[in-house]
Amino acid sequence: MTSTLAPAPRRTRSPGHAPKSVRWRGPLIAWLFLAPALLLFLYFKFIPMFVGLWKSLFKVQTFLGDEWVGFQNYETIITDSEFGAAIWHSVVLALGTTIGSIVLGLVLALLIEGPARYLWFVRTAAFLPVVTTMAAVAEVWRIMFHPADNGLLNIVIGWVGVDPQPWLASEDTSLWSIMLMSIWRGTPYDMMIFLAGLVGVDRTLYEAAAVDGASTWRRLRHITLPALRPVFWILFTLAAIRGLRVFVEVYVLTNGGPNGSSEVLMTLIYKLGFQKNELGVASAGGIVLFLATLVLTVIVQVLRKRQAT
Amino acid sequence: MVVVFTGPLVGLLISAFNKTLDPTSFSLWPDEFTLENFVQAKDKNVYLYLLNSFIVVGFGLLLQMLVSVFAAYSLARKKFRGMTIVMLLMLTTMMLPEEIIAIPLSLVLADLPVLHLNLIGTYAGMILPVGAWGFSILVMTEFMKEVPVELEEAARIDGAGELRIFATIIVPLCRPALGVIGVFGFTMIWDQYLLPLIVAPESDMWTLPIALRSLRSDEEVGIGVLLAASLLALLPSIIAFLAFQRQFMRGLTSGAVKG
Repeated sequence: MTSTLAPAPRRTRSPGHAPKSVRWRGPLIAWLFLAPALLLFLYFKFIPMFVGLWKSLFKVQTFLGDEWVGFQNYETIITDSEFGAAIWHSVVLALGTTIGSIVLGLVLALLIEGPARYLWFVRTAAFLPVVTTMAAVAEVWRIMFHPADNGLLNIVIGWVGVDPQPWLASEDTSLWSIMLMSIWRGTPYDMMIFLAGLVGVDRTLYEAAAVDGASTWRRLRHITLPALRPVFWILFTLAAIRGLRVFVEVYVLTNGGPNGSSEVLMTLIYKLGFQKNELGVASAGGIVLFLATLVLTVIVQVLRKRQAT
Repeated sequence: MVVVFTGPLVGLLISAFNKTLDPTSFSLWPDEFTLENFVQAKDKNVYLYLLNSFIVVGFGLLLQMLVSVFAAYSLARKKFRGMTIVMLLMLTTMMLPEEIIAIPLSLVLADLPVLHLNLIGTYAGMILPVGAWGFSILVMTEFMKEVPVELEEAARIDGAGELRIFATIIVPLCRPALGVIGVFGFTMIWDQYLLPLIVAPESDMWTLPIALRSLRSDEEVGIGVLLAASLLALLPSIIAFLAFQRQFMRGLTSGAVKG
């Protein structure tokens, strides 16, 4: 490769202009380095996105050819009671998990905040649920949720005098049990983010407050929480979006049961697409999920802006 | 607190080596130590599934790191028209969760546009889609921006070509960031569930996480094999996390708190 800086024959050219070859070579190299990423994104993100959008307008039939149905698939989703229940379960699960993890994460972060060396161990240990493989963790919880008296969780709550619960086996408790596991898994992550946020809180404010004789609660209310506000927004958005598209937890723990009581949007889409071969409706379900995510993100951003001003 | 968050995992560790095979035998105290669960796991192909997982994560991670480093070099060190759009596209892919496109992705994988390849039932079908990850690219880009321009200019004056500058100056300096994207990429690929579920219809290509479900419903084996397999599915990411903790925490805060 010849260097572009090698003395080229000087032509009459204004000094700001590079020789022609240099002008297109720079961008070309940039695009070449980007090409692998863009190609993979194109094939496995963007094309599927458009295929999904396109197929959602068809009754997809493998051998008979696709039949244009317009917005009928979307109508099915909006009016079908199964979908209605699944959307509702998704929202409940997303909100419950998000709020539970944020509140618990904040409390724990405030409790273990500090530079002490031994905390390193506590943080590491507490963080383990976050990095572990969802499918395996869910199997473990499924066993712990064993509904009989000798199920592990029933033994544990028995110690504090609570009656055995049916957990995943009952329509009334299945969704809450899944939520419990999700909070267990989400809390340490939120805690770590809060800890990172707490480092940024101005220490001199605490000292000033201490001099003024402010109580712990007031310090928390007027200094710590306002300083953490951006962290709250980020966590809320991230967790709510993650919660809406929950799949593995439900698929492994209950697969939507018993009797559809814990069916969420993604498990329903999965069943429609891969078991009942209703690819058109399933694609439309994916688009609805995407729109819900988008709307949620926009709402949070607007609220955030309004609060900031 | 430590008990609450690690209890289930410790319980798994103990129960996987436990003798009783009663379906409720998940416990925090061992009855009788045995390796039998791991021996029986062999008959149930658990180690084949583990190998599949390692194949996918090995090649997937290698591809992902290469792709990220290349893309980041362009985004961090070059100025070109259309850069904003590319950045926007990357962010879009991060906003677009894989679950949403799972159904159409299965159609695309069955018949790749233009190339007309069927990737269903191939390792490539599990590896290629995880090859580009917006998070890795962005973390890498942020890091590469910090490398001083002077180094690059000096090399250029010495007559080094583009690829040489990239390979001998930029990439070695980015080793810490490679650790970050490596450990995150590893856990992300290892945790994949829907993708192998879509791509691997035959059990001989299953990865360990998706194989757990069939082990559970297999009535010939007790719960011990399921627990042993679950432990094997958890260990790699736990080990990766413990070994690269500092990089992990750095990536976590750089990825989340910014903005």
